[in-house]
Amino acid sequence: MNILSMQNIRKSFGETEVLKDISLSVSEGQVTAVIGPSGSGKSTLLRCATLLETIDGGSIRYLDMEAAREEDGRAKYASPAVLKQVRACFGLVFQNFNLFPHFSVLRNVTDAPIHVAGRSRAEAEEEARVLLRRMGLEEKAGAYPGQLSGGQQQRVAIARALAMNPKMLFFDEPTSALDPELTAEVLKVIRALAEEKMTMVIVTHEMNFARLVADHVIFMDGGVIVEQGGPEIIDNPTQERTRAFLNKLEK
Amino acid sequence: MNLTTMVTMLLGGMGKSILIYFLTLLGALPLGLLVAFGRMSKVRPLQLAVKFYISVMRGTPLMLQLMVVFYGPFYLFKIPTGSGYRFAAVIIGFIINYAAYFAEIYRGGIESIPKGQREAAQVLGYSRPRTFLTIILPQMVKRILPATTNEMITLVKDTSLAFAISYSEMFTLAKKIASSHTTLMPFVVAGVFYYVFNFLVAFVMERCEKRLSYYQ
Repeated sequence: MNILSMQNIRKSFGETEVLKDISLSVSEGQVTAVIGPSGSGKSTLLRCATLLETIDGGSIRYLDMEAAREEDGRAKYASPAVLKQVRACFGLVFQNFNLFPHFSVLRNVTDAPIHVAGRSRAEAEEEARVLLRRMGLEEKAGAYPGQLSGGQQQRVAIARALAMNPKMLFFDEPTSALDPELTAEVLKVIRALAEEKMTMVIVTHEMNFARLVADHVIFMDGGVIVEQGGPEIIDNPTQERTRAFLNKLEK
Repeated sequence: MNLTTMVTMLLGGMGKSILIYFLTLLGALPLGLLVAFGRMSKVRPLQLAVKFYISVMRGTPLMLQLMVVFYGPFYLFKIPTGSGYRFAAVIIGFIINYAAYFAEIYRGGIESIPKGQREAAQVLGYSRPRTFLTIILPQMVKRILPATTNEMITLVKDTSLAFAISYSEMFTLAKKIASSHTTLMPFVVAGVFYYVFNFLVAFVMERCEKRLSYYQ
């Protein structure tokens, strides 16, 4: 079953066309890695999928909900009520964490479950503690984000996203702001989620990681999907542009 | 005239100065937020109108504004104003002036919050009012506290401008006593009063900053 399906997505910033007729679907339990050079549109694609940017044309569906549909050559978004339900389908982990600095770690994780999802404080806190334990951060519940390392902050951000029980998670270059040693601890957590069959879309520059966890790899360049397939395309790309990009990374 | 009588005479004025101070804050701090929203509004006419209002408030002397508020209704519109209006004019004049300054401080504070904070809240499903009240506002308050303290200290001294429309706050009284008794003492007392008042304001605001320093 497809959790997300995006069809013929078009998006421009002013005169610049960033996404040119992109289609993508994500089925349950699948891990999709999106790779490509900077400026290829992969982050924009993610921001459109998470409704942080509006698309100009195309359609976006989550499960049986239509977030945006094509009408007279333009994208038309659903009502705020529907979009609210749509947002409950996914979580997003940002490159620079975006934790709330004035909330403790525990409150970062419990605030949305309590005030958005309407769960009781006791229930939300119990779940948060379970999540923080899984992230290896149970003793940091009372700390503030500014007191944590980047890797710890990113793991809190993952816990915060998971606390809303999303059907799928998006990661926007989750380790790009981290030192190599901190990168490892975050990748480990994401890998554990993949083993539990969490549906994920990950924009990443970590090729080894993509090779290891992804079921599906999408290579983007210049606003289009140049090539996609199993993780083997990382080692055996069929397209010249993919090859050029991967070669450049190795150097 | 001995010091005790003089201070007793000035005491009533001090009370009035303090009243002007707190009523102005009570009105201008929240009004400033509304003005800031107007200034940041996407509705172009509203944005421009608010921009003009701020520019007039900041670009003309407060003393002049007090006079316009006090004399304006009668001279411009022939609306008779009763004797109680003098005090009201002082408060209105101060509030609309300070709201403009506070609005710009708020706007700076709000715009300094990284947009990732809003985006994180949006993805988690927070409503817009909730995002503002629980995510943006608390972080903004921490950032604008030093600039706000500056304005609050200036306001203590600015209350003396009410003398322009002869409202009998402390400075007006001090001036009166000084000229009728040919002594500088009332000004010394006035100076001490403003200094002590501001010392307390600075102290309280510093405590507030400390209370908000639990996070970076």
